[in-house]
Amino acid sequence: MKFAVLQFPGSNCDQDCVHVLRSVFGRPTELLWHKEYSVGDADAVFIPGGFSYGDYLRTGSIARFSPVMGAVKEFADNGGFVFGICNGFQILCEAGMLPGALIRNRSLQFRCEHVYLQTATHDSPFTGQIPEGKNLRIPIAHGEGNYFCDDETLQSLEDNGQILFQYIDAEGDLTDHANPNGSRANIAGICNEKRNVGGMMPHPERASEAVLGGDDGRLIFQSLIATLKTQPPLA
Amino acid sequence: MPSDPAITPELVAEHNLTPEEYEGILELLGREPNYTELGIFSVMWSEHCSYKNTRALLKGFPTQSPRVLVAAGEENAGILDIGDGLAISFKIESHNHPSAVEPFQGAATGVGGIIRDIFTMGARPVCAMNSLRFGELSNPNVRRLFRGVVSGIAHYGNCFGIPTVGGEVYFDKSYEGNPLVNAFALGVLRHDQIARGAAKGVGNPVFYVGPATGRDGLAGAAFASQDLTEESAEHQRGAVQVGDPFMEKLCMEACLELLATGAVTGIQDMGAAGLTCSTCETAARGGTGIEIDLAKVPQRSSDMTPYEILLSESQERMLIIVEQGREEEVKRIFDKWDLPWAEIGNVTGTGQMVVKNHGEMVVDLPASKLADDAPVYHREATEPKYLAAVRAFTLEGIDDLDDPTAALGKLLKWPTIASKNWVYRQYDHMVRANTMVNPGSDAAVIRIKADSIPGDGNGAFPEKILALAVDCNATHVYLDPFEGAKAAVAECARNLACSGATPIGSTDNLNFGNPHNPELFWQLKESVRGLAEGCAAFDAPVTGGNVSLYNQNPEGAIDPTPTMAMVGLIEDAAHVTTQWFKDEGDAIILLGEPLDAEDALHGLGGSAFLQVLHKQKTGTPSRCNLETERTLGTTLLGLIQSGLVKGAHDCAEGGLAVALAECCFSELEGRNTPRFIGAEIDLIKLKSERLDALLFGETLGRIVITTSELDSVKAIERTKLMGVPARRIGTVGEVKGAALKIKSTTGEWSWEVARLHDLWWNSIDNAMA
Repeated sequence: MKFAVLQFPGSNCDQDCVHVLRSVFGRPTELLWHKEYSVGDADAVFIPGGFSYGDYLRTGSIARFSPVMGAVKEFADNGGFVFGICNGFQILCEAGMLPGALIRNRSLQFRCEHVYLQTATHDSPFTGQIPEGKNLRIPIAHGEGNYFCDDETLQSLEDNGQILFQYIDAEGDLTDHANPNGSRANIAGICNEKRNVGGMMPHPERASEAVLGGDDGRLIFQSLIATLKTQPPLA
Repeated sequence: MPSDPAITPELVAEHNLTPEEYEGILELLGREPNYTELGIFSVMWSEHCSYKNTRALLKGFPTQSPRVLVAAGEENAGILDIGDGLAISFKIESHNHPSAVEPFQGAATGVGGIIRDIFTMGARPVCAMNSLRFGELSNPNVRRLFRGVVSGIAHYGNCFGIPTVGGEVYFDKSYEGNPLVNAFALGVLRHDQIARGAAKGVGNPVFYVGPATGRDGLAGAAFASQDLTEESAEHQRGAVQVGDPFMEKLCMEACLELLATGAVTGIQDMGAAGLTCSTCETAARGGTGIEIDLAKVPQRSSDMTPYEILLSESQERMLIIVEQGREEEVKRIFDKWDLPWAEIGNVTGTGQMVVKNHGEMVVDLPASKLADDAPVYHREATEPKYLAAVRAFTLEGIDDLDDPTAALGKLLKWPTIASKNWVYRQYDHMVRANTMVNPGSDAAVIRIKADSIPGDGNGAFPEKILALAVDCNATHVYLDPFEGAKAAVAECARNLACSGATPIGSTDNLNFGNPHNPELFWQLKESVRGLAEGCAAFDAPVTGGNVSLYNQNPEGAIDPTPTMAMVGLIEDAAHVTTQWFKDEGDAIILLGEPLDAEDALHGLGGSAFLQVLHKQKTGTPSRCNLETERTLGTTLLGLIQSGLVKGAHDCAEGGLAVALAECCFSELEGRNTPRFIGAEIDLIKLKSERLDALLFGETLGRIVITTSELDSVKAIERTKLMGVPARRIGTVGEVKGAALKIKSTTGEWSWEVARLHDLWWNSIDNAMA
């Protein structure tokens, strides 16, 4: 089981992803440079957080045109698993691989803090191992994490069970007060209709070791690893 | 191109050089400098680059210890050994004047500058902190500056990908219009990765890396070395640079990759005074000369003069000297990162800094004299007159409190004491996945793991844990510069001890007024003396720092602010300690003497209490006994290392009562989710003439710790054995309906913890809304 973590010049959570996959889970993991045209022999691809090409224009708007994203799209079209975290989620939306868009936080400020999440569906490669009823505590760190889509898209996300995570408060209630950025329906993460591409704004890789104050994020990596064990990798 | 202006006394004065300094230049050169050369002297001999007013004073700092690998002043930043072949490099630097003029870019480029200083040493920057000072938030312009500075720091640090793990923010009228922005960065490297800023090897090519040179930041170093007036601010807006954190990230990754090849013989960032400073300093350090051709320097505008190109402070540029014959390796790496680069000259054996423009000689100056022979001034120092009134202040006429209920709330709400969550929630403080203690406790704590070091495949080494703190109570420094400066060092050390760390080194940022004013220079002199004694007492040598003078406007000078940042090592993850109360029933113990018997003001001099409740910023502050502080720190560390301590928090602004309240509510479980826990405090046995002094006095050398009930007697006995006073003062209370209850000989009071938290947590947010 091999993982690839994309590396744009402005990625800054790439090493954190690699650290968790290699050191916490002991899985072979390679960085994949943005100028590459193939994902190689990876069984799953992570798109990490950061500022891809500076993101001065709009997050992910240039990254979607990078050579490596062409390869990632092809990989996903063939059923490969792709998961974007923070900037990775933004890039996937911008590339049209996930529906909707991530716009500026309603506070108009960057926010870095631990949030609480509920898992809206366990039927995905990224959430299968999360125990029923378990609320996750995972940090966010973004200025543009306000998930937006039109009513129709929201309806289809709900109908198809594509919402992975929603912001809740510590008591487990899905309230507007618990929403850190103004996302529609408190959405923190979604997957595509085929369920092989997912993305989330919070950073599970920063919450995968008790020494950093919490390890709920491990469950997301564990879920994908469990999926890869049961589903044969791409031919 | 217009011809250069003739050198007149007016032109010399416009360049901030005195007639005497100009005489010195004539003597040094044996001829008249041309216009470009005059510009070069003006920046190289500015305080920012030359420390001409402070060099003599700074000699008093302790700069050596067995851990010091690169000492203060040798390079862009110092380097300390942390064991197992690993080392750290850190420094703090000011960007005060630019932030006053353009807060967002001023602060952003301050962060960029200090990060460059760290990776120039070959280290991978792994965390940042900052120390900020503003006027009072009731002033809309202050709010504009505050908002701009914080978002500028957030913009740069977050995008670059460095966690901003800690810091401090004070609000005081003296900083109105003259905010202080001191940025700190720390990097990690192996001993064999230390890079030098020396131009070695005659004939070696000199590379320019980074974006093209523009007119931004023209002569910023000289701008920073004069008083700030309305006029100068407007005039100098062009002296503020514009930062590009993405470019800086590329620059860092490329430089670290390049350093790993071994092809680099010297590297220096183009910070203050840009191309000028980097060329002449590398040549001076290398004992060589350097020759460059400006025609080869990438330029944003086709009509830039040599003067402008040399003095530009365009950001994210590096000067790299490469071993001859290895140019291709360098080009390959720059191209990989899509970085603009140019080969602009080479190292010579002449000792001269030679600059040509299309082959025509424009500068020919002796490099080492320019870099090292700036005039050194021993300025006149006179004790300021205001100190007589400060010393004469007594508590006569200050009625003691009958009921402290409202006072505690007011202090917690005071922006200087209030939670800084409005600030740090805008900073990514967790990127790189190393932050073990987030902002909000006494010190930040990070771990150092394999990916904290430049290069891949660093192999296995034991994880290291560092604690970092930055402190300075400038009110105390204003009221007693020597004691106040000592206290700034002691507070850093106390914060580190409370986190479980032993100090190993420090870096200082001296923010003062105009050194030509003898009273202001006296503040500087006394402060430096205090810092030096403090750093020596804690075995925390100064590894580098920064001086920012002329922090004044027509209204007057800022409070003298010798900001101190200190780094410590934590031996084991089990020793990492946080400030908040942990479990119901734990014993609360006060380490240190509750009151200083020799202090006539009982710790109320210069206190937050006097400022907030009595609108008086006066009185001699609490004395700082370094011997006592040092013993207190080592004793606490011993207790922590024996596993006895569950929480530790020092008493600072607002005294014991504020410290206790913070212990009840400062733990943050998640967004909008503080954890409250109560406490029952009994101070009846503490002898005090005044209730206000007992609760809110700022006597130094006090730390509140908690232990399990079982360990409390052992902890107290051990502490006393070390000669440090220790008293059980209470018990941690319930989580449900948490209340802080305090009783003394004069009464008994109770506060709802949730209500105190609301005042403390939301104060700055409300002020900024």
